[in-house]
Amino acid sequence: MAAQTPAPAIIDKTAPRAPRRLVFEVMHDWITTVDHKKIGLMYIGYSLLFLLIGGFEALLIRIQLAIPNNSFVSPQAFNRLFTMHGTTMVFFVGMPILFGFGNYLVPLMIGARDMAFPRLNAFSFWISAFGGVLLYFSYLGGDGLYGAGSAPDVGWFAYAPLTARVFSPGHSTDYWTLALLLSGIGSIGTALNIVATTICMRCPGMKLNRMPLLVWLYLVTSGMVFVAVSPLTAAQIMLMLDRYAGSHFFDTQAGGSAVLWMHFFWIFGHPEVYILVLPAFAFANEIIPVFSRKAIFGYPAMVAATVGIGFISLSVWAHHMFTVGMGAYANTFFTFATMIISVPTGIKIFNWLATLWGGKIHFTVAMMFSVGFLFQFLIAGLTGIMLSASPFDWQLSSSYFVVAHFHYVLVGAILFMIFAAFYYWYPKMTGRMLSEKIGKWHFWIFLIGFHLTFDFMHIPGILGMPRRIYTYEADRGWEVLNMIVSSGAVLQTIASLLFVFNLIWSYFKGAVAGPDPWDAWTLEWSTVSPPPPYNFAVTPTVESRRPLWDLKHPDDPDSNYEM
Amino acid sequence: MSGTAVVPHASAEELKMPSRGIVGMACLIAAEAAIFIIFVVAYVFYLGKSISGPTPREVLDLPILSTICLLSSSITVHFAVSALHHSKRSMCSLWLALTVLLATIFLACTAQEWWRLIYHDGLTLQTNLFGTTFYSLVGLHASHVVAGLLMLSLALFFSLRGQMTAKHTERLEVLSLYWHFVDAVWIVVFLVVYVFGR
Repeated sequence: MAAQTPAPAIIDKTAPRAPRRLVFEVMHDWITTVDHKKIGLMYIGYSLLFLLIGGFEALLIRIQLAIPNNSFVSPQAFNRLFTMHGTTMVFFVGMPILFGFGNYLVPLMIGARDMAFPRLNAFSFWISAFGGVLLYFSYLGGDGLYGAGSAPDVGWFAYAPLTARVFSPGHSTDYWTLALLLSGIGSIGTALNIVATTICMRCPGMKLNRMPLLVWLYLVTSGMVFVAVSPLTAAQIMLMLDRYAGSHFFDTQAGGSAVLWMHFFWIFGHPEVYILVLPAFAFANEIIPVFSRKAIFGYPAMVAATVGIGFISLSVWAHHMFTVGMGAYANTFFTFATMIISVPTGIKIFNWLATLWGGKIHFTVAMMFSVGFLFQFLIAGLTGIMLSASPFDWQLSSSYFVVAHFHYVLVGAILFMIFAAFYYWYPKMTGRMLSEKIGKWHFWIFLIGFHLTFDFMHIPGILGMPRRIYTYEADRGWEVLNMIVSSGAVLQTIASLLFVFNLIWSYFKGAVAGPDPWDAWTLEWSTVSPPPPYNFAVTPTVESRRPLWDLKHPDDPDSNYEM
Repeated sequence: MSGTAVVPHASAEELKMPSRGIVGMACLIAAEAAIFIIFVVAYVFYLGKSISGPTPREVLDLPILSTICLLSSSITVHFAVSALHHSKRSMCSLWLALTVLLATIFLACTAQEWWRLIYHDGLTLQTNLFGTTFYSLVGLHASHVVAGLLMLSLALFFSLRGQMTAKHTERLEVLSLYWHFVDAVWIVVFLVVYVFGR
């Protein structure tokens, strides 16, 4: 290493590639790190791994359902596949990848040097990662000692009494419970950290109304984690007591209630959708303005809508339970609560459209994914309004229409924005651009695959195909449709592998990014790529919502218009 | 575009921000409150739904002494914080010791109550829905008391060794916030389980 140089000089240079070190030294660095950027990258890396595993499970499910009377997997294995697919995608892909981006971006965007509690941050990561490993260990250890192929098969919702000892012998359900309990503790720790960071660590001038919208959305998301993930943790404790200590919470033989489990699960499960989708909105809030070359339209309305979604989402959970017999009054209440949530969501969509309106739109891959997100999220919302009407839901509950609806949200909105976020922030994280050429192939193949799969999936649902069936007869009129759906899944797989290839290839061969490749205006683009430890050599000072714009356009800075 | 961070070209006002510890503890309390709410809801939902005895009315007594002890320990810990704030270190040790004593009495009362319930009335976690929900809710609270008692004892230990000074006030305050929360939960548990539930 060179002699001691003053801090500003270090930050001016392009980051040099570190000298080659021993593998063990590098591993030791990563395992013991408390740096928010490294922890964020570890979150992202481990959820990408699980994305591949969960995607592979989805592919197996679609192969099984491609033709009628198929026997590619056994019914038991099929139950395990959809249980593991759902659990993996929600808890070990969605949550960690979004928290990974949050971990990486929130301190950079508010001009802080690290998170409020760096060691808690590392703890949260490792305990979540351990939960994921534990879940997959059940494939080895669930049926007693190393009985192979014994993953949980109770569905990702684990309805009682399926989870009772009698119906679920062995330990697969215990693995499921413990894995979710651990990842829940990790999520709560990270959320606590993000709130404390946002509230206490902002740089001078970064008032609450000047924070980037991404930070606002992560603040609201984290708040929701406390009131949504904690009930899940409580319910998991009860389930563990039932299974280990012989208590009767969900034991219908002793007067316990299966419906109570549904309430507890969906009190977590519905806000969880918004915990996943708000970060996707957050990425859209940063990417759409930059590639429209306009400031975001309606900043205060966006914040208000976010807080509104946060509150309303806590009163809609029972729309998952219209058909269990809650009675007309409860169904009516939850119908209206669910419909009302479309109002703040609509505000957001209109604000994104108004941001695009009259802008100089640059169709980079990140922007293409964002535009795809806008359309698909709109459609997801529309089928959501259909399902929120409880009479309609009575017809389509637990059909493939529902599966199509929520995959429109989870893939069409959230995964598309995750891809967009990769194309947008990868240069900041690695110092290299992702290849736009491979990216465009990735986008178009994935888009076609997505629409083949999930557009056509609505139709067998309306025709009466229930979800969670492992095969079907040939005379139902679902065969062609299922074949189309499955071929779309193959296209999505190809596109995802292309994306992974892009990630690896660009790391070595991609164009050098420089500190600010997109000509953006939030603080993370003011340091070198990748940012040095402690992010900023000089603590930044901001005077408006777009600090880099002020710096690049001294003739017409935002700060003249604010305050 | 050079790579420098945004240079302060005017003095933006320094923002007054709360301490990390207090905000972190507030978040933890929010999460814990949600967990307790789920257990309380389960308790209330299953009230009177047990298909066999014993019922709460038959076996529960009002825990007056332990309630008084726990609630007054909230006051003593508050005095400990303010004593430390004014650098009265021996007073701080005294109030902390009193808090630890009161919390220990509370736990002893709970232990005595559980012993009586288990060996005299034959009520365990497995007996019926009342046993299930009672032990889990009261036990969840008691485990929080145990955690708080450990931390308070640690604080007392440092205080007796003279290692706690006025600059640690904030940390003790974070701990006292947790303790106030545990007390507030007990008020809810007391009302739900022992007053309305009987």
